[in-house]
Amino acid sequence: MAGATSDLKLLGVGPSPYVNRVQIALNLKSVNYEFLEEKLGSKSELLLKSNPVHKKIPALIHGDKPVCESLIIVQYIDEVWTSGPSILPSDTYDRALHRFWAAYIDDKFFPNVKELRTADGEEAKEAAVERIAEGMALLEDALAKCGKGKPFFGGDNIGYVDIAFGSHLGWLKAAEKLAGVTLFNKAKTPRLVAWADAFSSHEAVKDVIPETEKLVELAKMLKARAQSQSAN
Amino acid sequence: MAGASSDLKLLGAGPSPYVNRVQIALNLKAINYEFLEEKFGSKSELLLKSNPVHKKIPVLIHGDKPICESLIIVQYIDEVWTSGPSILPSDPYDRALHRFWAAYIDDKDLRTAEGEKAKQLAVERIAEGMALLEDALGKCGKGKPFFGGDNVGYLDIAFGSSLGWLRATEKLAGVTLFNEAKTPGLVAWADAFSSHEAVKGVIPETDKLVELAKMFKARAQSQSAN
Repeated sequence: MAGATSDLKLLGVGPSPYVNRVQIALNLKSVNYEFLEEKLGSKSELLLKSNPVHKKIPALIHGDKPVCESLIIVQYIDEVWTSGPSILPSDTYDRALHRFWAAYIDDKFFPNVKELRTADGEEAKEAAVERIAEGMALLEDALAKCGKGKPFFGGDNIGYVDIAFGSHLGWLKAAEKLAGVTLFNKAKTPRLVAWADAFSSHEAVKDVIPETEKLVELAKMLKARAQSQSAN
Repeated sequence: MAGASSDLKLLGAGPSPYVNRVQIALNLKAINYEFLEEKFGSKSELLLKSNPVHKKIPVLIHGDKPICESLIIVQYIDEVWTSGPSILPSDPYDRALHRFWAAYIDDKDLRTAEGEKAKQLAVERIAEGMALLEDALGKCGKGKPFFGGDNVGYLDIAFGSSLGWLRATEKLAGVTLFNEAKTPGLVAWADAFSSHEAVKGVIPETDKLVELAKMFKARAQSQSAN
């Protein structure tokens, strides 16, 4: 059942993959909400009140109750709006697999991508690319196992791992441009290449993840800002 | 429905709080299982085959399917064995709260450090966490003894599994982490949790963990001296 706009607020910023996860989940359930954009470099009163422990976005405010941590919010959305398509699979073992790979993506895979962005020098960059490639190989395999031959980790439809991983596609493609490397290799990970296209063009995703060029510009701006700050 | 012992194997080691989580969950559901103890310092073929990505315990093997990551295993157990008491609450908001605090506990560094100053900072950091968790106990438990209310729940398992090592740390570092004046709720909770049927006999005695910690430290020191 679609919630009234005033009943549901999402505190976030457009370029955050963690915020994008929540937006995609809400879109999948066709739920209306009010997007409250946090200004870069400052934290609103509402954010500090809603997430006093971490002071981070995203925070979903449902009525007067704040829900924090992107994947916890996605599960909350899945459990509240049960009339929409399911995000987590129904089989208990498949659920464990989806949770496992989502945790892998946040704990192991993405820290490697971050390292690529900050890597200094060719050797460090190559090492980061290799680690990412290892992760991609694992995820290619996971896609086959979870998706069972279908286009998404969730099978015919976008599911939990699709959201957890796919939310990072914008920044992954930006990292490819900034570092001049290829992370989505059609020869090595053909399923993931097809999946990335299918995910990015999905109705619930299309307008959520920012254009790669915008993220490249943002990365350059953030880097320049950081450099001028450390030079002072 | 209790599973046959041969159907369920838990790869683990007694002193691991992550393994203890799974044991407590299985006990709560009154499920039989076979405990396969990994030898300290080596990884069995079965472990490497069951958890090739992380090569870590605990791993629950149900039939021929491995499930990894302690809290994912606990959720799996809760969802498969539905006739036993529920581990996660039924209300979606309460579930989100339990998951939030369990994630907080796993991300929070509960270790102390060497050297007076570093130790003080570590103790302060833990004390901040304890204050937040005291508050969470009030909100989640709503005045009842456990985070799960009348019964042990997800967050009780996530946090309570570390009680053995928290008490060992108190002894080893000569500090008090469970302060009756500051966090009376947690002090009472710790007692209630430790003496619960499903928990008694799972978390090793504090003195044993103290001995183990001293042994690890001596081993590490002799290795770095070589």
